[in-house]
Amino acid sequence: MIDNPGFQGFRVQGTSYWLILLVLVPGLLLASAIEPLPFANELEERRFRHLAEELRCTVCQNQSLADSDAPLARDLRRELFTLIRDGQSDMEIREFMVSRYGDFVLYRPPLATHTILLWAGPIVLLLGSLIGVSLVIRRRSQGL
Amino acid sequence: MIRMLLPLIIFAGLLVLLIAGLQTAEDRKLVASPLIGKPVPAMTLPGLNDPETLYSSADLKGQPWILNVWGSWCWACRVEHPYIERLGREAGVPLVGFNWKDERNDALTWLGRYGDAWSFHMVDFEGRAAIDLGVYGAPETFLIDHQGIIRHKHIGPIDANSFEDLMRRIMTLRSEADA
Repeated sequence: MIDNPGFQGFRVQGTSYWLILLVLVPGLLLASAIEPLPFANELEERRFRHLAEELRCTVCQNQSLADSDAPLARDLRRELFTLIRDGQSDMEIREFMVSRYGDFVLYRPPLATHTILLWAGPIVLLLGSLIGVSLVIRRRSQGL
Repeated sequence: MIRMLLPLIIFAGLLVLLIAGLQTAEDRKLVASPLIGKPVPAMTLPGLNDPETLYSSADLKGQPWILNVWGSWCWACRVEHPYIERLGREAGVPLVGFNWKDERNDALTWLGRYGDAWSFHMVDFEGRAAIDLGVYGAPETFLIDHQGIIRHKHIGPIDANSFEDLMRRIMTLRSEADA
């Protein structure tokens, strides 16, 4: 918070803090660049949001399609909406994007030979360090 | 002795990774196109100077051609424009402009100011055809062979080096077409 001498702090009663939180937090959760689209039902909208969140905006590489306000992201969201409307499955939509923009558009990369290190790396590191730690513990307990 | 040096060695290793990572950071922004080796998507789009004319990617089959994505809003397109003019003069193949997410008046003014070096333009104001091409920024330059296969994609403005590279590739495509 604001940190300067003489500042007495906001004089807000305990309950008011909660009120402020209640007002602000949903705003944070809902913050996204998605424009209102004429969804047929809630399921359609949920699928749209889910896909827009797992697809990367290729111009603004660290944002998803749901977050980005870039013109290309807007075009891709419109495309995504059309594809959902056309009755395409989530799998087909992902394939549509990958065939044009590559695996890079997926925030969750597919399990393939060139991504094996990415997927197996953490497990290998975990197993390696467990073995290392157990070796050290065993050696130390023998020394006692 | 080695035991004491171990943290230092690990630290040096991390430092090397960091420096290597920084140096390739620019390259990693470039997304390799999955469309290389695939047929150019079928698209029929209106012209820029001639909005009544419809141009189709299928009509260009039988010869190599260049597809250059540009827009009057695109600053880097101005930077590469001298090389576009050279491509228009020296490549000896159709140089097709892909006017992307632009306004007709802005695009025409831009061409009036900097010069129209392209054979003709296809206009995609909506950005729908650009999605099929996997376009994610301007400028982008595609080389397409006489069989309609996308053979190369250059992302970003063309400079002296990439111009030479593109010319070499175009010459290869031309000799393939003549064979």
